[in-house]
Order: sequence, then structure tokens, then C-alpha cells
Amino acid sequence: MKKIRLIKSKNAFLLGLILILCYGCERDISDEAVPATFPTIGDIFTDTPIGLTEEFFNSFDPAAGANVNGFGTDNAEAYEGSTSIRIDVPAPNDPDGGFIGGIFEDAGEGRNLTQYDALTFWAKGSTTGIVEAGFGTDFVEDKYAVSFPNIQLSTDWKKYIIPIPDPSKLVQEKGMFLFAAGTQSTNGFGFTFWIDELRFENLGTLGQEVPRIFNGANLVQEAFIGSTIQINGISYTANLPSGINQTINAAPSYFEFSSSNESVATVSELGVISVSGVGTTTITATLGNNVALGELELTSVGPFPSAPVPTRDAANVISLFSDAYTNVPVRHYNGFFEPFQTTEGGAGADPNNVDLQVPAPGGGVDNIINYTSLNFVSIGTYDTVPLVDISAMSHLHVDINVRETIDGGDFLRISLESGTGVGPTTSGNFIINSAALGNTDENGWLSLDIPISSFSGFSDPANLGQVFFVTDATISDIWVDNVYFYNE
Amino acid sequence: MKFIKSFNKIKLLPLFMVALLISACNTDETQEVAQLNNLIMQDEFDVDGAPDSSMWTYDIGDGTAQGLPAGWGNNELQYYTDRSENVTVENGLLVLTAREEAFEGANYTSARLTTQGLFEQQYGRFEARIKLPTGKGVWPAFWLLGNDCDQNPWPQCGEIDIMEYLGDGPTITFGSAHGPGYNGEFSVSKEYEIENDRFDEGFHIFGIEWGPDYINYYVDGDLYQTITPGVVAQQAEDVEDEFINAPENAGEWVFNRPFYIIINMAVGGNLPGSPNAETVFPQRMLVDYVRVYN
Repeated sequence: MKKIRLIKSKNAFLLGLILILCYGCERDISDEAVPATFPTIGDIFTDTPIGLTEEFFNSFDPAAGANVNGFGTDNAEAYEGSTSIRIDVPAPNDPDGGFIGGIFEDAGEGRNLTQYDALTFWAKGSTTGIVEAGFGTDFVEDKYAVSFPNIQLSTDWKKYIIPIPDPSKLVQEKGMFLFAAGTQSTNGFGFTFWIDELRFENLGTLGQEVPRIFNGANLVQEAFIGSTIQINGISYTANLPSGINQTINAAPSYFEFSSSNESVATVSELGVISVSGVGTTTITATLGNNVALGELELTSVGPFPSAPVPTRDAANVISLFSDAYTNVPVRHYNGFFEPFQTTEGGAGADPNNVDLQVPAPGGGVDNIINYTSLNFVSIGTYDTVPLVDISAMSHLHVDINVRETIDGGDFLRISLESGTGVGPTTSGNFIINSAALGNTDENGWLSLDIPISSFSGFSDPANLGQVFFVTDATISDIWVDNVYFYNE
Repeated sequence: MKFIKSFNKIKLLPLFMVALLISACNTDETQEVAQLNNLIMQDEFDVDGAPDSSMWTYDIGDGTAQGLPAGWGNNELQYYTDRSENVTVENGLLVLTAREEAFEGANYTSARLTTQGLFEQQYGRFEARIKLPTGKGVWPAFWLLGNDCDQNPWPQCGEIDIMEYLGDGPTITFGSAHGPGYNGEFSVSKEYEIENDRFDEGFHIFGIEWGPDYINYYVDGDLYQTITPGVVAQQAEDVEDEFINAPENAGEWVFNRPFYIIINMAVGGNLPGSPNAETVFPQRMLVDYVRVYN
């Protein structure tokens, strides 16, 4: 009985249309039935703010270093009329904040911008610095945020165009403008820039739109039930009347995502892929009438084959990377050392935001490092973080899962280095040969417990600076979990 | 050659095409700049396949076979072919395609159609409805050349460029006239910049109306340039110092004999510069119709 009463929402919508149309034949639709529309004002700043909140400028968080002092208007500079917006970009060591930026918000409930195709403004700089500008950020949802990070200022007034990826989405937008500026492009020297005639416009001169996901690449990836993957590399390119291709960062909500096999994975409005079944699916996207470049073919083989959960008492452990323990601060999980290192993966220093987030066996999230194109890589604890004292520890533990066939000459060499960055350094190696690499559990994990005394030559355990994984490209794809030292 | 009297021929193919054609006819009917309305030649490109061989022939190669320096005298990079990969009629449109491919020593291929020996006409209204390509280095044109270039070498034989366009300036086309003492970069030329629109996102009408002592250039309904014997004479005088050996007849009005039509899409060359990393290939130039009135 229940099934019969279900009407698919699409059909219900069509039915509603028919009803409205029929109703329309009888008499005019009453005022109450007219959908609410919001003001369509395009102007944001001419000589004064137009329809913006009383505070005009809503800064990024000063606690995060945003300088609120450098924002104002200037009656001595204007592209047109009498007044422009003046922004003084502080030096990085300014005690009031080392960068400047924030948003302008509509004073009302938002504007209907569906008739426009671009945000435009005139700007000029005291020097040819680079600043960021955009719109759609309201510090609440930022649902339709757009930003162009590379506004190259000129020392004379110049017009800038930031295309709207899909204007039909902007029926009620509060985020009128966003800017951010530091001194990365000026070697730390503060500078001033002015903005005038800031508005949404219908130019009609934009074309050749190219939306992209995954930076336009066609990717193939293995996935696991319960894991989530954020669609990244989301951008939108429009060709400007000057012939320049302008590529902006666009929020996922401008796009419609789809999964060719929803029993394998689904995609949320925010571009989060949730893997729910076994099989293969292709994730694609459209923006308006344009198919986005880039796709992801996911093959889900089942639940993630987790590494054995560590059971040692935290009191006897110093952890570099494990969800089972509190990790000590690290400088990096991949130093991306140029020019010899090819290894990808392990970016950043946050153990909860690395390559793979999968369901942990006991609930929660299990973070896994996935090194690819591996020749060598280190986990670094030096420079920006303290060296680690492991002198009270007896063993190094690490779980490795080799994601390819192990051949005869393959090896993994683990090295410990002390004194990194402060010198003198000492180091020692431990080599796992191809036979030892095959000594895994049923999930493919090789769990290593190596006495620190085996790292011959590593003589200063009070000052650990790096743990290296070296394969010289004999093995290029590994998962790493539970890197910690313990005492027994 | 087709001498068809009724030109309000509306196809029943896709609905949007019908809409486009209707709007095209409307444009014609509200045409204010053009006075000549007696249709004497048209190709509506209604038959799929190779272009009508009674109307169109091809210039093939890199120009050397035609006696020009390689690159058609302009250091252009394409090799012109008559292959369907480079020129075909489909869905009611003549499609010229510029491709990036190694071919006969060139890195690009494209096409150049002419009516030489098939349709040559003195005076009249020459018009085409075209959607243009995009990208640095792409250089399409719709133009006329005097039919006596073999006896009176260019520029004496005259050239009327109804429309030229550079793919990195998507809102601008230009119309020019070349003759003795006013040619190449010193031709009489004017840009037309379209407002609130661009030439690579839809079809636009490019035309001239040419009489004994005038050439009027228009885009859609806008007349933007009139070239007369006085204008070319003045231009020749203004640029006289630019020529090492200015011809004695510099500034002569040479547009008083039959000319033939050329439609081509060049890649690279002195004027547009070479394609860059952002130029997407293939690029297509779509021609909805070519019509001539007197």
C-alpha cells in the first residue's frame, strides 16, 4: 500500500505545473503564489557602498592575522566619480595583522543576480602586487563562493572581470564581494590598492566556458565501502573579451554531480563522494549546459582492509602517525625534497588530513598515508617542530601495505636520522628485502617491530629528526599506518 | 552556381535551426544598410557532404604551388586540404576545421574554398552568416580577390576583405581593401567591435555592398565603414613613405572588375601570431549561408 502512494518528486512537480497552468486559465495567480524574488541591484560600490551592511567591510578573523586597520575609502583617488575604496596591505610582521581581507555583504536578505554574468571592478595598485578577489562568500554557507586568486594589479586603473559560473544559481546571494591581500608578491613590502566601480554586470562578451573537476584530469582510483572522497580541483574558465582565459575557483554547489552507478557511490551537493557498495562507478559533473572536464572512475572492492589496531599502552608509546595514539607534532609526512624526490602523497603535517580516510574497525575514522611514485620520503620532526626524544623507547613499529606485486629485487629501507637541521646528524638503516616484504597478514599488511638498536649508526635517539622510507622506485605504491616508537 | 529566386527557404530539421533561420531572415528584412536585394547567387549548405562542386573549388597546400612563399606569403602554418576532415557540409552548415596534426610537413591543416572560375561578379552585395572560432593564432576570413591576379599580380588585382578575425579578439572583426599603394599592413582597414556579444558564441552576418565608387562594410545591421576612391587615394598618399618603390598608380581604385569569393581559416602567420598553449584544436568556422545580390 505504501508504495502505491509514493509519487516521485519530479512527477509531483510536473503535476504542480499543470495545475498552475490550468489555474492560470481561470484567473491570475494570487499574489501569495508568486515566488519571492530579491532585489536585482548590480552596483556594489560607486562613490559609496550600494545597499551593503552598515559595517560595509566584514574582515576575516583578526585572531588569524587579518588586519582590520587598512580598509577605508579615498576621496583623492577614483576611477570615476569622487571616491574609491582604499586598501593598505600590511607587512607580514605588522602587530595588527599581517594580511588584509574580508567581505562585503548585502544589507537585506540577499540579491537576485541571475541577470548578470560577471563581477567587474576597476583597480589600481601603488605597485604591481597580486591580490585575490571574488564573491559568494557570506561567512555562513559560502555556498556559491567564487574566487580569482591572481589579480595582477597595474599602477594605472584597469578593469577586472570575474565570471559567474552559473548565474541561475544566484537567486538570493548575500556575498557581494571578497578580497584578500598579503605581501607574498611584493617580498614583504606593504602596498596600497584602490577599487572603484564595483558591480555585477551583464557583459555578454564572455564565452567558451569550461568547467572542470579534478583539474580536468580523468582519474582512476580504488575505493572502499564507507570511505568518502572530496571532489577537488573544481574550477571554471571563461574566455574574456580580451581573449584571455580566466580560470576561477568555484564552489561545488555550482555543479551537478552524478555517479554512473549509485549502488557503488553517491555524490552530495557539496561534492563529497560516499562509497557504499562493491563495483565500479564513474563520477562526472555538469555546470549549466556544459559537461565538466575531468572524471573519476572508482572501483570499490569492499570494506577497507585495515591494519591491525595497535594495542600497546599509550604510556609506553611515542607516535608519529596513528589514530590509536596522540601524535607528536611533525613538520611533514612528505618533504617533497627537490630535485630528486618523486614521491607523491603524505602532503601536509596534519595526521587527520592525509591521503585516505576510511572507516576504522572499531568505528571512527582511520587515516592512512598512501605514498605513490615512491623513491624516497621522510616523516620529518625538525625545523618547525621539536626534535623527538625516543631515548626511552626500544622499538620502531610501522605497518606497511605494498599496493603492487613484489618482485625479486624489491626492497624497503627504513632510516632514522638524528640532529636534523641543527647538526651534527647521525643515521642508521634497516633493510626489508623482497622475501620479508611478502610476510603480510590476510589484508596485505606487513607489521614491523624493529629494535632501534638495529639502526646501526643512529647514535643520538634523544634528537630524532627524520624517519625515511626508501625504495629507489623498486616499489612505488604503499600504504603506511601506525608509525610509532614503543618501549618493552 | 545556384540562381535561386526564393531565399526564404526554411528547413524542417531541428527546431533551433528553424529559429535561427527565421531570425536570419528577419535580419535581412530589417537590413537598412543594404540596398541591393536581387538574389543572384546563394549557397545555403543544405546538402551534407562535400561542398557543391559547381560553386566551390579549393586552394590546396602551403601556397608554394600557387607561386607564393610557403605560408601563403604571410608565414601561415597550415596546409590546406579538401579532405572532409577540414571542409564539409553538415546539418545545414559549411564547416571549416583547423586541426593540429602533422601533414605534408606542416603542423596544422585547414581549408580554403574559392569560387574562382565558378562564380565571379563585379559589384553587388556579398554576404555570409558565420560563427567564428576561438583561440590565439586562429585567423578566419571571408573575402574577395580580383579575377585577374594572374595578369595583374596582387595588389594590382585588388582584394576586398569582407571579414577578418583573430581568435584572441573574440569581440572584434575587421574589413579592409587592398590595392596599389595601399596593401598589407597599409591597407584601408577598420575594426568592428560588437557590443554585449562575441563572434564565437553565435552566428553573425558579415557583408559588403559594392558599387562603382564605394564599398560599404556591415556586420549584422551595422554599417561601419565606407571605402571610396577618395579614401584609398588618401590612404596611398598617407602611407607613401612606407613603400620603397611606391607604384606610379598608387591609390588607384581597382575594384571595377569581377572578383571571386574566398572563405578560409588560417593558423598562425604574421598577423595573428602562432597558436599558444591555450589554443584548443580542432577549431571550427561555421558558415550558414553565402548570398550575393545585385
